[in-house]
Amino acid sequence: MSHKIVDCRGLNCPQPVINTKKALEETGVHTVTTIVDNEVSRQNVSMFARNAGYSVSEEQKEGAYYLTITRRDGAGDPQTPGKEQPSVPRAAAGPAGGPVYFITTNSLGQGSPDLGQVLMKSLFVTLATMNPPPAALLFLNTGVFLSCNGSPVMEQLEQLHAGGTAVLSCGTCLEYYKLKDKLAVGSISNMFDINNWLYGPHKVITIA
Amino acid sequence: MGPHTLSQVLRHLPVPNNPRLLVGLETSDDAAVYRLNNEQALIVTVDFFTPVVDDPYLFGQIAAANALSDIYAMGGKPLLALNIVCFPDCLPPAVLGEILRGGADKVMEGGCILAGGHTVRDDEPKYGLAVAGLAPPADIVTNATARPGDLLVLTKPLGTGIINTAVKVELASEDAGREAGRCMSALNKEASAAMLRHGAGACTDITGFGLLGHAAEMAAASKVSLQIEFSAVPLLPETMEMARMGLIPAGAYDNKNHLEGKISFASRLKPEEQLVLCDPQTSGGLLISIPEAGAGALLNDLVQKGIPAAVIGKVLPPGEKLINVI
Repeated sequence: MSHKIVDCRGLNCPQPVINTKKALEETGVHTVTTIVDNEVSRQNVSMFARNAGYSVSEEQKEGAYYLTITRRDGAGDPQTPGKEQPSVPRAAAGPAGGPVYFITTNSLGQGSPDLGQVLMKSLFVTLATMNPPPAALLFLNTGVFLSCNGSPVMEQLEQLHAGGTAVLSCGTCLEYYKLKDKLAVGSISNMFDINNWLYGPHKVITIA
Repeated sequence: MGPHTLSQVLRHLPVPNNPRLLVGLETSDDAAVYRLNNEQALIVTVDFFTPVVDDPYLFGQIAAANALSDIYAMGGKPLLALNIVCFPDCLPPAVLGEILRGGADKVMEGGCILAGGHTVRDDEPKYGLAVAGLAPPADIVTNATARPGDLLVLTKPLGTGIINTAVKVELASEDAGREAGRCMSALNKEASAAMLRHGAGACTDITGFGLLGHAAEMAAASKVSLQIEFSAVPLLPETMEMARMGLIPAGAYDNKNHLEGKISFASRLKPEEQLVLCDPQTSGGLLISIPEAGAGALLNDLVQKGIPAAVIGKVLPPGEKLINVI
């Protein structure tokens, strides 16, 4: 458990981050003090370390910043600090780890629309009890009626959202059905983000 | 140059006063516009920079797409382009040949004529173009005409500054680097044509000052405020991971500092998320302000052409801040 000093004075972004990362990856190193002499490097090194699960304490002396970075118990692998929160679920409010639901209709299944709506309600009532909860609900086409005011599943949707499920509604679809002002849960999204979820690591279940 | 230094320097320049100059310095727009007659306005711009990628051909394409973009952002068609080259003796001339070939191919793709250029010996290579374009004066889309009620459409994902930084230190994946290259070298030609078809109110392209820097210029020039929704802003693959790793270029911090007091961020937005919106872009997309009635059709049109555009916010009446990020 050694303490290593990484002097990055005179170096510009992103080198101080790289040098700090390398030092933390050395076996046996428990604490690293990185010395930087500019504000950008101070913020970038600190951002890297905090997001990688280290604690950071800062001290300013003689025109330089001394950032002491210590491994917290159970800190993640320093090689993949960003992987703790992959970019796909950046809209997620919490740690929901279940599948992604790609919902393109407000009525479940073919046949009577009335029956379809009853079934959709019962799907959401069930979904709200699942553990882990779904990672994301992606609403497209008439599916966006489910995330807007007047939704028959509002209560369950709010519950899921509060529990960490990301709720995304297609902006083009909200636009088309003139629902933009009526969105009640989650955020307005786009095909790019929605596609990122479909491409992501989660299992995808389509309700069409 | 950073926005702060630039505004300090430009402050001392005389402001031209000629009724034919339709767009000049004062609104920080993308290009100068000069009315030739009632049917034609001349649009003139220049842009060049140091290499952002290793591949010289790709760099040439990116620099040209970036220079042409200022014409597209004004609603014009590029007509003539001239190369601007700085190049050291120590590099093989074949490298310059590749840069120029990339530039020439993009200029041709834009339906523009490459008519010459100028070279200077310099320690560090730099490449770009001066471009002249034309548009009917009525078609000129400035950054000063966004109206409350308009929606904001962005036509390329953000993140090129962060991904280019991460590629240099080999922390971004090859796929992410390739995707950023594809994004930077894509022309804003189709996006510009689409915005004209659907009645865009205002436009600017997103480059060195980042999304928020250029959006703030639009808000100030149009005397409105903008609301931008972070989760709706498209990002290049791996941008958030790399930002969380502290691979954020100094330019993003400069841009954010320059906007101090002009922007409010929702308290849940983390520092890295705020900085991503200030990430300096190379050859970024168009930020289009368009009345709600035309926005859906514009978006459909863009998506059908394979342009990953998104509605990222809306225009509000002038408020306490130029931009509210929610």
